[in-house]
Amino acid sequence: MQGKPVMVAMSGGVDSAVAAALLMEQGYDVVGVTMKLWGGDSDTGCCSVSDVLDARRAADIVGIDHHVFNFGDDFDEHVVAPYVEAHAQGYTPNPCIECNRSIKFDRLLERADALGFEHIATGHHARIAVDGDMRYIERGADGGKDQSYVLHTLGQAELARTLFPIGHMSKDEVRAKAADIGMRVANKPDSQDVCFITRAEGRSNFLRSRMDFTPGDVVNASGESVGAVEAVQLVTIGQRKGLGTAGGGRTPRYVIDVDVPQAKVIIGEAHDLLVEETAIGDFAWTGGVEPTEVMVQTSAHGNPGAASVTVLPDADQPTGPGGSLRRILLSWTEARSRVAPGQSVVLYSGNRVIGGGLASR
Amino acid sequence: MSALTTPDAAAASDAPEAYLDWAASAPIRPEALEAMVHAATVGFGNPTGAHRQARVARRIVDDARDVVADAVGARPADVIFTGGGTEADNLAIFGTVARHGGRPVCSAIEHHAVLHPVEQLGGTVIGVDASGVVDLDALRAALTDESAEPVSVVSIMLANNETGMMQPLDKVAAVTAECAPRAVLHTDAVQGFVWMDLTATAMDAHLVSITGHKFGGPKGVGALVVRNGATITPQIIGGGQEFELRSGTQNVEGIAGFAAAVQATVNEREAVNARVCAMRDRLVDGLIAAVPGTVETGDRSRKIPGSAHVCFDAIESEALLFLLERQGVYASAASSCASGAQEPSHVLAAMGVSRDQAKGSLRLSLGRTTTNAHVEHALAVIPAAIEQLKGAR
Repeated sequence: MQGKPVMVAMSGGVDSAVAAALLMEQGYDVVGVTMKLWGGDSDTGCCSVSDVLDARRAADIVGIDHHVFNFGDDFDEHVVAPYVEAHAQGYTPNPCIECNRSIKFDRLLERADALGFEHIATGHHARIAVDGDMRYIERGADGGKDQSYVLHTLGQAELARTLFPIGHMSKDEVRAKAADIGMRVANKPDSQDVCFITRAEGRSNFLRSRMDFTPGDVVNASGESVGAVEAVQLVTIGQRKGLGTAGGGRTPRYVIDVDVPQAKVIIGEAHDLLVEETAIGDFAWTGGVEPTEVMVQTSAHGNPGAASVTVLPDADQPTGPGGSLRRILLSWTEARSRVAPGQSVVLYSGNRVIGGGLASR
Repeated sequence: MSALTTPDAAAASDAPEAYLDWAASAPIRPEALEAMVHAATVGFGNPTGAHRQARVARRIVDDARDVVADAVGARPADVIFTGGGTEADNLAIFGTVARHGGRPVCSAIEHHAVLHPVEQLGGTVIGVDASGVVDLDALRAALTDESAEPVSVVSIMLANNETGMMQPLDKVAAVTAECAPRAVLHTDAVQGFVWMDLTATAMDAHLVSITGHKFGGPKGVGALVVRNGATITPQIIGGGQEFELRSGTQNVEGIAGFAAAVQATVNEREAVNARVCAMRDRLVDGLIAAVPGTVETGDRSRKIPGSAHVCFDAIESEALLFLLERQGVYASAASSCASGAQEPSHVLAAMGVSRDQAKGSLRLSLGRTTTNAHVEHALAVIPAAIEQLKGAR
């Protein structure tokens, strides 16, 4: 008897290959799908023709059908264009989170639905916990590989249809399983960086061909000009190098703020970066739980910090889909380095993702 | 819940299947297989050698050359065996420009094996009309453009691989002879040969490409005909095989299978064409009747018999192909890129079909062993699959 149909998103890496193998062992009716998202060059371990080959070969070993879906137009529109636009406005975007939100757990889910597949699965290091009638993302068992942060946008509808078959395994266990069943990708390095920007090209060249850069003044806290940058859009909060300053001082200087409209980069000392509070926009609770004391993560593998939550009035704020997005203010228990505007900020209760949004300016 | 909504419905092993992707590749003919086994068994010698075993292999290659020459209306010494259609197309374009310089010209609906060489050489790409037929006025303009280099080669396919539309090669030849008398005419007859008598339709072409796997020969073997005074510079050099125009030890068993398939295709062409044409018409008419909003691409009276091409409204062919495969119907949409992903069709774009409409395109191509049962199966599966996709939105 055939099991429940599930569509596995296979990137060509070891995690999703093992995810497919585990689902087969569990008796699902499994079909593998690789999404072709980026038409240009890639050397960062995702999206390339050789990755599709790896995915296809893994599917052969697992013994499942494999298809390639071309979502290139959607990727350009929902991931690449917003990435460029965010930089143009001086924000630090999260293209991987946007890809999860608008491609894997929207476009692919919709396609799976049309094709009669209730469930999709991915090789993410994360788990889904069911608590009453609510579902939550929880950190993967391998703390070093945990990907719950980049999955925080998944809502109840998506979580109900998603499987993370390797979320309970360590990376070593995943690789051992892959080697066990004879997969060539068992020792393939993890993908990293932004898949549509090659290491050879780099972020600045990629952006240079897609937007106008604004040369900027680098100023200190008292407003004196101490350096210059080629493009204010490329400067990130916390940055130390490439500011065209004379240097040589005993105290390191960091970017503490970037003002794109005024073409100014403000630098200061490490303690100038510290903030007591961080405002979050486009915020949504995962559902059910809305505590005031939370742990907060502000980058994919950053250390979480404790904070308390104040929900800000919505009146003058744009609301997101369904009117569910709002603004909150995080008050840090211990002062923290400023979060670059546009970075995703994810709220946890223990191992559980309970909400998330974007750092405001 | 209809059977289609559960993907496991296709699991039954005796489920009916319909292979409708002949334009991509055809099942091998028994004659070709037999010829290949024979050639591989007795023709193991190197055909360029001097002893008896070498001559056995050489004889196989020369016999094959005679067969291909007769089938395309050329002399045996005009037939250059290649590693398939793409190599033949590349050799025609790059080989002519390397020898004579000048500018290549092709249509926007050519296979990438022609289009990419022409683009790489900085050539001129001319448009087609809404039915997918080359624009002769645009050709005339390209040939007489005095601001650009003189044209050395014009490449227009005999029949298009996506739409099946036959191109007016006689008129192309006349315009070329009038406006650029020094240019040679190349035709990619990879699809055309299956259905069309090249001794009647392609005699104006100096250079003709064909390949075996579209009509039951093995993959990776084809030929470029070089005739009527055309000269080219080889692109693979070494031992000087194939009249010094394509070096490399000949693929003896592949060439034997290729020639056997060529001969069988010529022998059966008329009968197969009539049978397949009737089935193709029933298939397309059936789809148009069953699926509202279906648009047939091109003008059926000017298509090769095995080709059916339609655009469905408001669905994505990538999703449709997935469902069709689960029901045992094997077809295609546009061309696949190296990753296997479906790419937007450059042919439909050249015809002015919108990107949205092209997203719902489906190519069904039939061949000599296609049966009424295959057509019935496709007509049962495709409308239901489209209904499922539309219902999901």
